[in-house]
This record gives sequence, structure tokens and C-alpha cells, in this order.
Amino acid sequence: MSENSRRWIANHIATLPKSGIRDFFELVAKMKGQDVISLGVGEPDFVTPWHVREAAIFALERGKTYYTSNLGTIELRRAISKYVGEHFSVGYRPEDQILVTVGVSEALDLAFRAFCNPGDKVMFHQPCYVSYHPSITLVHGVGIAVPTYAKDNFALTAEALRAAWQPGAKILMLNLPCNPTGGTCSREQLQKIADFCREKDLLVLSDEIYSELTFEGEHTSIASFPGMAERTIFLHGFSKAFAMTGWRIGYACGPAVLIDAMMKVHQYAMMCASIIAQEGALEALTHGWENVLRMREQYHRRRDLIVRRFNELGLACHLPRGSFYAFPNVRSTGMSEKDFAVGLLNNEKVAVVPGTAFGENGTGHVRACFATSYEQIGVACDRIGRYLASASRKAS
Amino acid sequence: MNPVLKLLVEGGSLTTAQMAQILGLSTEEVDRQLEQLRKEKIFLGWRPVLDLSNESAAAAAVRAVIEVKITPERGGGFNRLAERISRFDEVESAYLMSGGYDLLVFVRGSSLQKVAAFVSEKLSTIEGVLSTSTHFMLRCYKEQGFLLDTGESQASRLTVTP
Repeated sequence: MSENSRRWIANHIATLPKSGIRDFFELVAKMKGQDVISLGVGEPDFVTPWHVREAAIFALERGKTYYTSNLGTIELRRAISKYVGEHFSVGYRPEDQILVTVGVSEALDLAFRAFCNPGDKVMFHQPCYVSYHPSITLVHGVGIAVPTYAKDNFALTAEALRAAWQPGAKILMLNLPCNPTGGTCSREQLQKIADFCREKDLLVLSDEIYSELTFEGEHTSIASFPGMAERTIFLHGFSKAFAMTGWRIGYACGPAVLIDAMMKVHQYAMMCASIIAQEGALEALTHGWENVLRMREQYHRRRDLIVRRFNELGLACHLPRGSFYAFPNVRSTGMSEKDFAVGLLNNEKVAVVPGTAFGENGTGHVRACFATSYEQIGVACDRIGRYLASASRKAS
Repeated sequence: MNPVLKLLVEGGSLTTAQMAQILGLSTEEVDRQLEQLRKEKIFLGWRPVLDLSNESAAAAAVRAVIEVKITPERGGGFNRLAERISRFDEVESAYLMSGGYDLLVFVRGSSLQKVAAFVSEKLSTIEGVLSTSTHFMLRCYKEQGFLLDTGESQASRLTVTP
């Protein structure tokens, strides 16, 4: 019966591959109950700060259980406008240039559906977050992967962009700092990318969800360059910096005409983001900055530890300037990234994600999330050391 | 704030070797700074934070807070008497307070009788102590920044996510 039912599945869904992370998740799930240290997550290990949770509880107690405006509550949009203005130096009007969404994931889906015609070309740097390419496929767009390299600390360069560009390219998708590489771009690199976008008349979708987790220097948004706000959809949310992944709350900012187009899709597909999550997000923006800094300090500390340990173990690892991911090269072990990850999980019970889950340019790397305690990272690195020693003994 | 002191204040269970790693210092340098902080009487010492509702930790688990009214003295104010009270082993902490009483004294003993005896025989009989009001602590919910048994769990956190 189930085989027969497949005939109803749309062609482009039937051929859409499942996320590579899914397979690995299944593998780890089988080891439930064993002492697995997971460096495989893509979320903070901190619980949402209590004041945010308490604000959401209070909202429920006051009976805030109804729909909100499609765009999101005006109070939250005002707070977002202030926050983005202060932290990213870009001004957006709360009335018509900000749309509150169910996480950045929804915002991204809305953007692709609103701006991408079938056959339109979308450029994205790779390795990248697992959903970018499939999201393009879902709207019958054509993805163009632009490689980033360890030698550049996985920063996107204008040169790579130019080399990958094809006639008909319409959209550039950016994610800086980047999941899974932690790569960011310097101001100068971003300036060149901005120039390229203007030259080729590209619309930019800029997912800056990890911006607050920039450890060295200031994060710069491409939307803040002259002439870029009018061609950029700035995407952000609360999941990472405010430790609110499960709340599913994010936002898109951009020119009113473009936000209105995204809002059309949003109003039919989603109506509005959950009012409880919106209330929590408002509290996070209003009183949550100290907690963001506190968590960032912890991530910074953990990053320094994990990167140092990886390099000491012979797994070449660049220093990610942002995010909470290290992306070491495991080629020195003689194993593929998948064999390395599976072997490490089975032998030493440490979960990392094979880099190819983030696209073919992740070959030879694994993603290790350092959003776990300092002590656990230390133990995980000890285990990886043991794994490497036993693997090299077997090889010799 | 001194970076070593900042790590201490965070209250994590870091060893001096881990502190040294984080701060990019040698272990000896962290030890030296700790010793210096001790000499300056900024860092007074280590105490474990225990959940006293757990029987194995409950050797001296009867705790009380006592509001004490005292007579200030010409020349010394409250200090002489406050220091005198603070010297008792039973007293864990003592503070001069604004408001309806003068001293707030935290005491600890191995039994209710012992704490009661301290209050009635020692504390309230000191000359200059006008009155005491003793509140026994019944249950602890948060101890020096540590939440006790919140029922919160990260067990449902997925182990691999994008």
C-alpha cells in the first residue's frame, strides 16, 4: 500500500534528498542510554534565560492567546527596529519593513517563494546550512554553489563569487558567520561582495543568525553598505544569541515592497508567528543583552579550547571568528569524514557531523559544535585523541 | 575586575589548570594571583555549595536567620557588638541592616535544639542585645546561585541537529 501511495508525491519532492544530517541522527539515536558526548547539535546548550520564559508565562496568564497582525505585534517590530538599528546600523520602519516569522527558516522559505521564479538562479556559498539548497529546489529555482575554503578561513570571496557567477543569477544567499564553518567576511571582503551584487544586480538574502556570536572584531551586515539596504533582505532571529531555538521566532527586514511580497506568502501559509514566542522575543530584546554577552563569553572560551585541542591532535582547524562551530579537517587520519565520524561515534561515543552533510565542499571536514560545557569539550577531545591513536595503530 | 577573580565569581567548578587554559596563563601564574588575592583579603577561601536536603550532606543542616536588635555604642556604633556576635562558630554570616532591626545573623547547627540553645543562651544574653527574632529555614530552592531540583531536564534535547 505504501509503495502505491508514492504516486501522489510531487516529482520535485520525490527526488529531493533527505538531509544528510538525518542519517547521522538515526545512528546516534540508536546509542541512546550510552554515554555519548554530542558535538553534533546546532543549538545552544543554555536553556532560554528565565526572564524570557517568565515573560511568556505571564503573557499566557494575561490571556494572550490570540492571532497577532500578520507582520507581528507592533511592539515587537518596534523593538526589532531599534535593535537592528543599534547593532547593525541599518534603519527599518516597524510599520512596513519588518516581518516577524516562525524562525529564520520560515523567513528564508518566504523569500524564496516571493522572489524566485521557476528556473531563476540562486547563488549560495558552500559548505552551508543544510536547508539552503533544498529550499531553492522547492521553489523550482536553480542553486549555484560557490565554494569557500579552509585557506580563507571559509570566508566568501568576491573572486569565488565572480568565478561561479552565471548569466541569469538573481539572488545571492549569505550566511555570515556561517553554519557549519564559522566563516565570516572582513569589512573589505564584504565591500567587494556588495560591489559585485550591485554590478550584477543581485538581490541579497542575508542570514545573520550568528552575528552576536562574533568573537573577534565587530560583525558587519552587508545591508549597512551604501546602496545595499535597498537590495538586501536581512534575516535574523532569536534562536542562537538568545538561546530560543524551540520558540521558532525570527524576522525579515527589507524594502517595504519586498517585505510586502513575503508577507503575502506568510499570511496565507502561516498567518502569524506564535504570540507567546513574540512576547518572549520582546522581553529578550528589551532585557536580554547581558545574557547574550554572558553566553558569548562562554562560547568564546570553549572555542579557544576546542580549536587548540583539535590542532594539537593533528586535525587542522581554522579559528572560526563566529558561530559555535569548529570545522576541522580530518584528512590527516586517512579516513573519509563519514568513516571518521561513524568510527568516532562507535568507538569513543563522541558525535560530530560529517562535513558533506553541508554540501560537497565540506568533504574532508567534520562539524563539531562547541555549545556544550567546557568540561565536556575537554573529555570529548581526550576521547578523540584516543580514537586517533587507536586508528593510527590499526593503520600501521 | 581581575580576570582570575572574575572566573572565581562565576562560580563554576574550574580547576586552576582550566582557569590557566582559559586565561592563557600558566598554572603557576594563576596560583600566584590567587595567593595575592588571598593576601589582599579579597579572596577569603573556598566553600562547597551543598544541597542540604540530601541526607549525606546534612550533617549541620539546621539553619536559621535571626533578626537582632542591639544598642549602638558611643564611638563604635554597632561594630563592636556585631563583631562579637560574628565570632561564634554557629554564625555563618552576619550583616548590619537598614530597617526594622539592626543585624541579620545566619546560623547553622546540627540540631534544632543546638540552634535554639545558641539563641537563648548565647546570643540573647549578650549585653546590648535588645531582642531576637528567629526564623528557621524549612526548605531551600536556590543556594548561592544553584537551583535545587527544578525538574528541568535537557534529556529531550536532540543529539544531532542541523
